[in-house]
Amino acid sequence: MKQYRSHLLVCAGTGCVSCGSFKIKEALEKEIKKRNLQDEIQVVATGCNGFCERGPIVLVQPDGIFYQLLKVEDVPHLVEEHLVKGRPVKSLMYVPPAEKEPVPKMKDIEFFKHQRLIVLRNRGRIDPEKIEEYIAFDGYEAMGKALSEMTPAAIVDEILFSGLRGRGGAGFPTGKKWAACAKEKATPKYLICNGDEGDPGAFMDRSVLEADPHAVLEGMVIGAKAIGASKGFIYIRHEYPLALKRMAIAIDQARENGLLGQDILGTGFAFDLEIVQGAGAFVSGEETALLASVEGQIAMPRQRPPYPARKGLWGQPTVINNVETWATVPNIIRRGADWFQGLGTETSKGTKIFALVGKIANTGLVEVPMGIKLRDIVYGIGGGIPDKRDFKAIQIGGPSGGCLPAKLLDLPVDYESLTAAGAMMGSGGMIVMDDKTCMVDVAKYFLNFLQDESCGKCVSCREGTQRMYEIVKGITEGVGQESDLDLLEELATVCKDASMCGLGQTAGNPVLTTLRYFRHEYDAHILDKRCPAGVCKKLIRYVVLAEKCTGCQSCKKACPKDCIKGTLKDVHLIDQSNCIKCGACKEACRFEAIEEQRDEAIQVI
Amino acid sequence: MPAKKKLTIQDLAKIREKTKSLMTIRESEGRARVTVHMGTCGIAAGARDIMDTLLGEIGKAKAQDIIVTTSGCAGLCNAEPMMTVELKNQPPVKYGHLTPDKMHKIFVQHILGGQMVAELVLAVGSETVY
Repeated sequence: MKQYRSHLLVCAGTGCVSCGSFKIKEALEKEIKKRNLQDEIQVVATGCNGFCERGPIVLVQPDGIFYQLLKVEDVPHLVEEHLVKGRPVKSLMYVPPAEKEPVPKMKDIEFFKHQRLIVLRNRGRIDPEKIEEYIAFDGYEAMGKALSEMTPAAIVDEILFSGLRGRGGAGFPTGKKWAACAKEKATPKYLICNGDEGDPGAFMDRSVLEADPHAVLEGMVIGAKAIGASKGFIYIRHEYPLALKRMAIAIDQARENGLLGQDILGTGFAFDLEIVQGAGAFVSGEETALLASVEGQIAMPRQRPPYPARKGLWGQPTVINNVETWATVPNIIRRGADWFQGLGTETSKGTKIFALVGKIANTGLVEVPMGIKLRDIVYGIGGGIPDKRDFKAIQIGGPSGGCLPAKLLDLPVDYESLTAAGAMMGSGGMIVMDDKTCMVDVAKYFLNFLQDESCGKCVSCREGTQRMYEIVKGITEGVGQESDLDLLEELATVCKDASMCGLGQTAGNPVLTTLRYFRHEYDAHILDKRCPAGVCKKLIRYVVLAEKCTGCQSCKKACPKDCIKGTLKDVHLIDQSNCIKCGACKEACRFEAIEEQRDEAIQVI
Repeated sequence: MPAKKKLTIQDLAKIREKTKSLMTIRESEGRARVTVHMGTCGIAAGARDIMDTLLGEIGKAKAQDIIVTTSGCAGLCNAEPMMTVELKNQPPVKYGHLTPDKMHKIFVQHILGGQMVAELVLAVGSETVY
């Protein structure tokens, strides 16, 4: 390592990489070389910055200037102006929605300003493939402390006292889990890192694994000492190639430096790690199914108790924690449980990472203190709803979670409040929906996901999810009956009571929570046969508004079924019998002359 | 490839010490901040040599917590090459008509030593910004 006057931190999380950030990095390096600045300026690939909406992203340090939406063509100008002449390039900076002036510095941008980084403290700051950079920012300090100064019981107590709860979904106190496993006599004991993140729209774990793999690794070594484990497994789904690659590099580097294997840091403690690739089944995220998968069997859950802390992997005591939980551990050991206690609310301590997606201006990954209001996340950090639409609901907690309406926007985000409102913390997916979203359609989407992902072991879940999906699908197609709602509630209850694992037990939630807050939308679909949001294709029809149509023929050309009639400069007409309701005509029209009609009852034949 | 030496806790602390100073730049904090003015006028007057001298001095002195940035023209083109030195909790000091020798003197006496080189100073303090 050597001294440079400036570091260019190029975001290389999956989001930015798919927008071409490696090409930007190459172009920067080429341009810098061309100007003979390679000994003054260093280009570094970092983990995800979280502001995925604006990728590819480059942060110039020490100035703290944030460049976004970069293209390869921008690079020569950027290097010439900023790095040679010292004039930051305004045209490549972030301009907040509804404002004209750019915000040059990263720390002043609303999206970053309100976040509190603990688990993601190294994101966008270090090269995740270089162990020295992790060490430079206090990496492996906590591990050194745990291995040399603390007894296993002291580590468990510290975690217990910190109030850390599992970040994978259910929120079980991590310290309790460790304590239960620590007191088991049987050996060997195992540790597992659950990186089988499967909720639609969620990418928290992927980002942690990509941005700071050594933090997960360090947390696991500390956990191993606490419970007396000799071997650990990191379970990552194969859809996360970048996370797999960076974790493999991290493990190799740790082994080479004596931070894994025999006699770690010369303290005599031995522990090693192995990566297991998951085949991408949603149910593998359930802990007993995950155990089966690591053992090489089909990923199906089994009855609990006995809990994995007693009988887990190959019947041995095992602690399974989520990626984010493991990455939190070193911070608690390094800075102390008292410090962690002071963050968050009475029952939910610390920070939580959320993947903010859907109809939101600033799509991305955010880390916020527990107890923050939903409104602050959606409007403060997220920048509100784009295209001047209205907020309708926010879906929290993945398929097992629920949809919360606008009147609950002031709800604090903690485990208890969310559960009481009918949603759950889950692993941290947040999907924002605007007024053009149909809640029945949302329920249908999640039920389809669940009936697809149900492993089929319990009848209640296998058949129940399928039946619920069929009924809700019927409602969206206009064949729903009034009795359907009671039947849905009954099915959801049976599925909850009679299924063995979390997937089945919560499979009714998409229906139950949408019914709780959006029953009027179900009623509209069933009684009036109309879809208030104009989403359900069978319940809407596209018509041409005669007073707005100029007869430009754009819609006619766009129609894939050739069912629009009309000559140039004449009002056009859509032939309803042939229309497949694809909406292409509406998109093509520049005069807002095509509308999806939904206000009056439309007869379904 | 020979096996790498296994690290001890003391080694970790040493690596941290060594690398941290190289990484402080990513946190925008340091004991001093030196801005070399590199507008067209600055570059034409030889700001590149000043920058090279400065980076060389920092390397020699192993003073890694000194942040070097560039900026555009400061408006006083006939005094180029120029630079601004900001020490923690002190007003910025501007130097003009720089040469590598003057640069060396300022580096030793002001940036490292904390005493401004009065005979070379153009101005002390920031301009008023409306």
